[in-house]
Amino acid sequence: MNKSPLDQFTTSLGEIEADWTTTGPDSLESTLTGRIESPAVGVDMSIDGATLPEVVETEPDPETIRTAATGITPASLAIAEYGSVVLESDPDGSELLSLFSGTHIVVLEQSDIVGSMADAFGELGPRLREDRGDAIVATGASATSDMGALVRGVHGPKDVHVVIVES
Amino acid sequence: MSGKTSKRAKAAKIRDVLDTEGAAIESNTQGFNDGRYESVADLENYEALKDEARTIKEDAIERLPELIDKLTATIEENGGTVYLADDAADANAHIESLLDDADADNVAKSKSMTTEELGVNEHLERAGVDVVETDLGEWVLQVAEEAPSHLVAPAIHKSRAEIAELFEDHFDPDVPLETAEDLTNFAREQLADQIAAADVGMTGANFLTADSGTMALVTSEGNARKTVASADTHIAVAGVEKILPSVEDLQPFVELIGRSGTGQDITSYISLLTPPIDAPTFDGDHLGDPDDREFHLVLVDNGRMAMREDDDLRETLYCIRCSACANSCANFQQVGGHAFGGETYTGGIATGWEAGIGGEEAADEFNDLCTGCSRCTEACPVKIDIPWINTVVRDRLNRGDDPGAFDHLVTGLTPDEEPAGLDLQKRFFGNFATVAKLGSAFTPVSNWAAAAPPSRWIAEKLLGVDRRREMPTFTRGTLRKWAKGRESPADPEREVVLLADTYTNYMHVERGKAAIRTLEALDVDVHVADVTESGRAALSQGMVETARDHAEDVADALEPHLDAGRDVVMVEPSDLAMLRDDYRRLLPEETFDRLSTNSYEILEYVYGLLENGADIDALADGEGEEIAYHSHCQQRTLGLAAHTEAILDEVGYDMVTSEVECCGMAGSFGFKQQYYDVSMAVGDDLAEQFTTPETADRRVVASGTSCHDQLTDLLDRPATHPVELVAPEN
Ligand code: SF4
Repeated sequence: MNKSPLDQFTTSLGEIEADWTTTGPDSLESTLTGRIESPAVGVDMSIDGATLPEVVETEPDPETIRTAATGITPASLAIAEYGSVVLESDPDGSELLSLFSGTHIVVLEQSDIVGSMADAFGELGPRLREDRGDAIVATGASATSDMGALVRGVHGPKDVHVVIVES
Repeated sequence: MSGKTSKRAKAAKIRDVLDTEGAAIESNTQGFNDGRYESVADLENYEALKDEARTIKEDAIERLPELIDKLTATIEENGGTVYLADDAADANAHIESLLDDADADNVAKSKSMTTEELGVNEHLERAGVDVVETDLGEWVLQVAEEAPSHLVAPAIHKSRAEIAELFEDHFDPDVPLETAEDLTNFAREQLADQIAAADVGMTGANFLTADSGTMALVTSEGNARKTVASADTHIAVAGVEKILPSVEDLQPFVELIGRSGTGQDITSYISLLTPPIDAPTFDGDHLGDPDDREFHLVLVDNGRMAMREDDDLRETLYCIRCSACANSCANFQQVGGHAFGGETYTGGIATGWEAGIGGEEAADEFNDLCTGCSRCTEACPVKIDIPWINTVVRDRLNRGDDPGAFDHLVTGLTPDEEPAGLDLQKRFFGNFATVAKLGSAFTPVSNWAAAAPPSRWIAEKLLGVDRRREMPTFTRGTLRKWAKGRESPADPEREVVLLADTYTNYMHVERGKAAIRTLEALDVDVHVADVTESGRAALSQGMVETARDHAEDVADALEPHLDAGRDVVMVEPSDLAMLRDDYRRLLPEETFDRLSTNSYEILEYVYGLLENGADIDALADGEGEEIAYHSHCQQRTLGLAAHTEAILDEVGYDMVTSEVECCGMAGSFGFKQQYYDVSMAVGDDLAEQFTTPETADRRVVASGTSCHDQLTDLLDRPATHPVELVAPEN
């Protein structure tokens, strides 16, 4: 009955209609290559042994960010119950790269999946107090119902794909 | 001021809103409300989370001055500025000066009710600054030059077709815009350039945490993120009540806010920003230095600190503006915020906000649309007693301009001392017990008089009783009289005192008789109390002191019965709700507790008797008869619909139940000329459910008196109280 955090997380992703793949650190590059629509921008991953494909621009200027089809950024935490990922806002520009492109690919380490919202805030509390940083709890694509029906892809991405790097 | 709208003008205005905006509002709010039920059902610890949220807010508002200081220090430490603005003018002047300092001509804004409250856009536009709303709903309203009709979905009153027409007229796009997707794409493109060009990004804040200086922004479109990230300067405008002690305190709210409002488990983005944010600046040829970002917080008092000192309005400050109270409100579902709302805020809680910010008069036009049905109270994630706030403000409005009369806690007021300016209509309905007593004594003259055309006309003219309504029919013999001569069971298991409400005693005497027969058949000795009026009628008209007098009379009358070990049984759910719940506000705590814990709705009590071994065969047999049952709104809030349904089922009825929040009558509400149309529009949903092929021939059964009146008007079939279906023949 008790699902693993990974199973629970991917079930939740299914419910919010976000795609996901699992991969090893070594195969991250090839996994991403198959998913990228160019032009793509990304932030270098701090996962041991993991690299981004060549085609991904890792030092983009604002115009490139605004016009990219794909943005690849890390998530520092994920919440299994909700299918949420916690995105960073850092000097590398992760927040910007995760926001402007039509497709957002989130790279997440499996060990960073927590079960509940309470677990997540247990981690976010000390972190935000100490670093005075920012975190976006993102759940699925951006959406609106303001135009008379549900539409995905408003100011933020239309598609979200989570790549879970097994540890 | 003589600015009060006449009853007829009000009726016309409501009719107009019903016609033009009603359909879009109804389908959207009902969609949100259904979504809420579904979403919270998945949340295992829903009740516990609400309790937690409530506790956090109570504590935060209690400690507010200290939290303001702490937040200010934290944000200054983070490199931002904080300004505490006394009122709208102060806030606007400060915001203007911040824009001057930043040399800003263009502001991109994400949705914020607080800036609506302050009139920031209008102020800045007068100062020559271009302001663009980036939330699509807000942007639609900006283009249409209209006010929001809902806290969360501001353009909820506009259909897709109307938005398409608006865009066609305003922008003359190259390709026609038809689908929601077309419209969204078009809006996004228009806004992308404006966001990129903005010198300043302005946001509200759903929450602010004093420990870290973090603000939480709850959105789904991503516009708030873009608004903050795109410009170097970020100005946030937030009411002081948004401050919570710590980051961890956000958790219950994050889990509750989307579910309560639009029925989403969580919105797409909960941005936890500790500004100035760490993202590089984003407006030149290359990414810039995050250290060049500036942040300014404008904290707004504008009446809030005074609300904090006001025992009745304080709760309003716990509101997280989720919109659940609006979506769950049967009246709001028909008319939306343009009728049920004030200058800025909409729905049931708007009364608290508008009165707190602009004085009671600011809530005068719309607060009667709260009928006190209480369906919002269980929907509210911070458990605000929204009907009570409406009652209190109504009471203050009744008292008028005399500040002495404002003090509704003054003791010793008798019904006669209700303020002289009190509307006749309110006086009539609020003192209905007296009317009923007279009516009963003079039947049939009173019945004949109530039905005769001139009298109806007078009732409408003088009292605003809509002439399309049938006045209740009085019976000559009262229930009390009937019960007097009865023999009690030889060896009773229990004793109860039946508090027969005004209707049961004087008008719907049959259901009172059925209640007594049922109880006696289950070996219960029934006494009938010497009082009838619980005070519900007065309370619903905002006559708090009169209601208190009734409450005291009820307590006095019931006390000897309680001393004798009798339980209190009631037939009318809205009166039971007084004893169970509203008396908390009217009586000393001890008296309230005693009445509250010992009072029962008739079928709840029967249910308890059966659970404890009473013989169900003593009741009438349903024999598979097909019935359609509508439970009462307060009965459902008290969690008592299930008892009635279980018993009707158990004795053998074949039952379908209604699925509406309220029948629309809500006591005297639907009798009033100015609200007749809303009341009937609300009732339409119920009528529809009871006229399907499956239900059209079923006997109609309802627990509330006013539901009976409404159903009778809607269906041309009489309604019966459930206890009449289970009562054995005498
Ligand atoms: S009063 Fe309660 S239900 Fe209504 S908007 Fe505020 S928090 Fe939501």
